[in-house]
Amino acid sequence: MQRSSLDLWVGIFVVAGMVALVFLAFKVANLGAAFSSGGTYRVQARFDNIGGLKVRAPVKSAGVVVGRVEGIKLDTDTFEAVVTMNVDSRYGFPKDTFASVLTSGILGEQYVGLDAGGDSVKLKDGDKVMKTQSAVVLEKLISQFMFGKAADGNDGKK
Amino acid sequence: MDSRRRDYVRRLGHPMVNAVWRIGYAARFFAVTLAYSGTSFRRFSLTVREMYFTGVQSLVIILVSGLFVGMVLGLQGYDTLQRYGSSEALGVLVSLSLVRELGPVVAGLLFASRAGSAITAEIGLMKATEQLSAMEMMAVNPIARVVAPRFWAGVMSMPLLAALFSGMGIFGGYLVGVGLIGVDDGAFWSQMQAAVDWRHDVLNGVIKSFVFGVAVTLIAVFEGYDAVPTAEGVSGATTRTVVTSSLAILGLDFVLTAFMFRGVG
Repeated sequence: MQRSSLDLWVGIFVVAGMVALVFLAFKVANLGAAFSSGGTYRVQARFDNIGGLKVRAPVKSAGVVVGRVEGIKLDTDTFEAVVTMNVDSRYGFPKDTFASVLTSGILGEQYVGLDAGGDSVKLKDGDKVMKTQSAVVLEKLISQFMFGKAADGNDGKK
Repeated sequence: MDSRRRDYVRRLGHPMVNAVWRIGYAARFFAVTLAYSGTSFRRFSLTVREMYFTGVQSLVIILVSGLFVGMVLGLQGYDTLQRYGSSEALGVLVSLSLVRELGPVVAGLLFASRAGSAITAEIGLMKATEQLSAMEMMAVNPIARVVAPRFWAGVMSMPLLAALFSGMGIFGGYLVGVGLIGVDDGAFWSQMQAAVDWRHDVLNGVIKSFVFGVAVTLIAVFEGYDAVPTAEGVSGATTRTVVTSSLAILGLDFVLTAFMFRGVG
């Protein structure tokens, strides 16, 4: 085979491979969105119970993904879950923002929802979110409901 | 009696010693190949020539297999997902299984049988016809001139082939899922983009395919160089290349997956 047409084919092969990689990066993994976000800042929140929250779960505000959960650990002094979140620095949140562990859909994944407060001071890198609400644990909800029913039934008999 | 029993034990020990010796020999061969790699970059046309044979000529089988694997994933994935009412997650299923596992592994297996066997047969035949000895006679190092360019061509081709396989597979899944079955176009891509992470999924897949490329091409050039220089020896070496590199891919895949995807998600 001629040297030049051989080079041409290898060139085509390399270009096609690169195009496939770019396709995987931008169209499949949506790297463009990750680039456009300049940086992130880190906030911590303490929860009594995080339910099934996982590392890399989304952090959402008004349904928009604004960050990711970076780390989860247990504080053995207070026995609370300490959740570290990376929030996109394009989005600033007031200092009295309310964080809660929520579930998308009935069986969907769990995420951290941020509800903005009214404070004029914004959260900075390394700040802590003071007001949190734990995940709803289904068993607890059912048992509350059952005990409530039983109590109602007793009242009725009386 | 005693000497016969000792013979049995010896017969058990011999293959073990042989196997360990061969692994050590392969490791030294790898080191020598790396040490004499200068030529394959200084005279890059040598490597380009080999990339034509290992990479370009594997394109057809990689692209067609990728397309069909993706289409089958689309059909099977839809069949399972629609039972749970989450057929929009088809894009996630197709792309994650391709990018993380099937792309690197299946492309690696195809690469081993398409390109690896050809490399072994070629080098083995060069050895059998004493071309390698002739080169040495002319003060040309056969490792620098024959082995290293083939090794680097394989190592460079493999990630590209795996990426093409994954891309083609996702396109196949898209064709079946959106075109044939009628999953929503927007949900297919947006759920995929939300679930697939660049570093965690795509980059790990590329790392996997790179490791497989090193393993397969190393086994191929080693088996060829080490082949018994007869017709029978070359055919045996070619078979060993395919078997050993397929097993190496599957074994390495488990190890890499255990390191990459443990404890996350």
